[in-house]
Amino acid sequence: MKRRKFEELFFRVLMVLATIFVAGSFFLIVGTIFYKGAPYMNLDMITKTPGGGFYIGKEGGILNAIIGSMYIAGGATVLGLLISIPVAIYINMYMDGKTFLKNTLRMAFDVLFGIPSIVYGAFGFLIMVYFGLRASLLGGIIAVTLLVIPILVRTLDEVIRTVPLELRDAALSLGSTRWEMAKVVLRQIRPGIFTAILLSFGRAIGDVASVLFTAGFSDNIPTSLHEPAATLPLAIFFQLSSPVEEVQGRGYASALVLTIVVLIITVLSEALIKNFFKHKI
Amino acid sequence: MSKLMLVLTLASVSVLFVIGIGLYYHSIPILHKLSLSDLLTTSVWKPLKGLFGFYPFIMGTLWVTAISIIIALPLCLLTALYINEYAPARIRKILTPFVNLLSGIPPVIFGVWGVLFIIPLIQDHIAPHFVAFSTGYSVLAGGIVLAVMIFPLIVSIITEVLRTIPQDLRDASLSLGATKWETTRKVILRKALPGIIAALVLAISRSFGETIAVLMVCGNNAAVPHSVFDPGYPLPALIANNYGEMLSIPMYDSVLMFAALLLFIIILLFNLISRVILARLERKLAT
Repeated sequence: MKRRKFEELFFRVLMVLATIFVAGSFFLIVGTIFYKGAPYMNLDMITKTPGGGFYIGKEGGILNAIIGSMYIAGGATVLGLLISIPVAIYINMYMDGKTFLKNTLRMAFDVLFGIPSIVYGAFGFLIMVYFGLRASLLGGIIAVTLLVIPILVRTLDEVIRTVPLELRDAALSLGSTRWEMAKVVLRQIRPGIFTAILLSFGRAIGDVASVLFTAGFSDNIPTSLHEPAATLPLAIFFQLSSPVEEVQGRGYASALVLTIVVLIITVLSEALIKNFFKHKI
Repeated sequence: MSKLMLVLTLASVSVLFVIGIGLYYHSIPILHKLSLSDLLTTSVWKPLKGLFGFYPFIMGTLWVTAISIIIALPLCLLTALYINEYAPARIRKILTPFVNLLSGIPPVIFGVWGVLFIIPLIQDHIAPHFVAFSTGYSVLAGGIVLAVMIFPLIVSIITEVLRTIPQDLRDASLSLGATKWETTRKVILRKALPGIIAALVLAISRSFGETIAVLMVCGNNAAVPHSVFDPGYPLPALIANNYGEMLSIPMYDSVLMFAALLLFIIILLFNLISRVILARLERKLAT
């Protein structure tokens, strides 16, 4: 009897310790980034583009990378939505009865979701070579769009599945076409669409490997789709590889900027999801 | 309208095949020049002489992946069990968001954290107990950073799987006089085993493909690592580090695309396996 009690206690303690470790790693990471990045943080960092000699520690900021990342993440999310919304609607509302096919499609998107971004980057590079494009904003947007489509489709799919079937039946029985029914459902899931947008944007803004080959890097803010664009994660990576202490420090500050942006996005999407399910019957 | 949607659906799914075909097509030149077994089992990497041995890179990938799984799996299993079986609802509600927050952090931030925290930790506090000298940039550092990156993935999948186990099973076991841990070990874990395997396989494939975070802490030395304190050079890091020279050295683009193809095929298989297991579990629950 004593042994069983001891075993119970032992594993309970082990579980609590493991949980503290796993949940604590989040604080450890964010804490480290804040601690190292905050001293180098200033207004110039986020309002100026790199000046002459920025990479040997002279003045400037990373506005080019912030804007570049916004363009790429925003462009990819918009493009991705234009493709994913019809796909999610098709799978859920035009494939009644074809359960096997539906599940196969869902699995294919799950698998696509698991393909690492470096493969999307390499593939994006092949597309660009094929069409004779150079590393540019456009190239980056194409590669990142491929990366976020599976995220968008699977999120939208999950959300559409929460809409009660009765609602669709009611719309159909009133004589609406399938497309009109889809519009009713889309209105229902609006908060879910925002969640999908945030998830996609968050993934897109933080990813390096997909833009490495495709977007290039530039100290200027891109003014057309064919110019190369800097991205925040790449800017962090480059600054960190510098031997100059000041530049490294700015790398930490850039990491802080990215961390804050991503945390805001994640918290917002969490709140939206919670809200979405709160009003569900 | 429905035609257009069908086209979009088929087009976005076919990306899966187009990636495979595209990468294979670009790998053909190197596959003609060197045999597959030469590419995979030789260790000499001299691009300028046309020698491309992937063995060190494959071993580098295997080392960091194995280390990350060895660290992450037990921790995540215990955490998921605690969250789902032991924790009071109040604590569960507090804990779950942190797992999600962790999953939102971009890879490059994990890399920065690795450089700032894990590297000094290994260099000053862990390595001196075992080896004479280490810079800290090692497969161990890569493995630790990866382990933290895959925490959310493993925890969330195992939690999902645990949730599908009917409460009756727990009640039955407890009412027969089993302690909570005995129930967990003999009933819950046995029931959840396929799901845990699926989570494991998915985590392996995630570790395999992770690029930037590993690249930043792994040392990137093209030699087969012999201890956890040796530097390693995983496949994704190889691709990311050398894209610049891709078009200036003959065959180099083909070689790097072959590396991407290798990653793609392995990860595709692993993903398929785990998704099939998970889909089966889901179906079992539905009936």
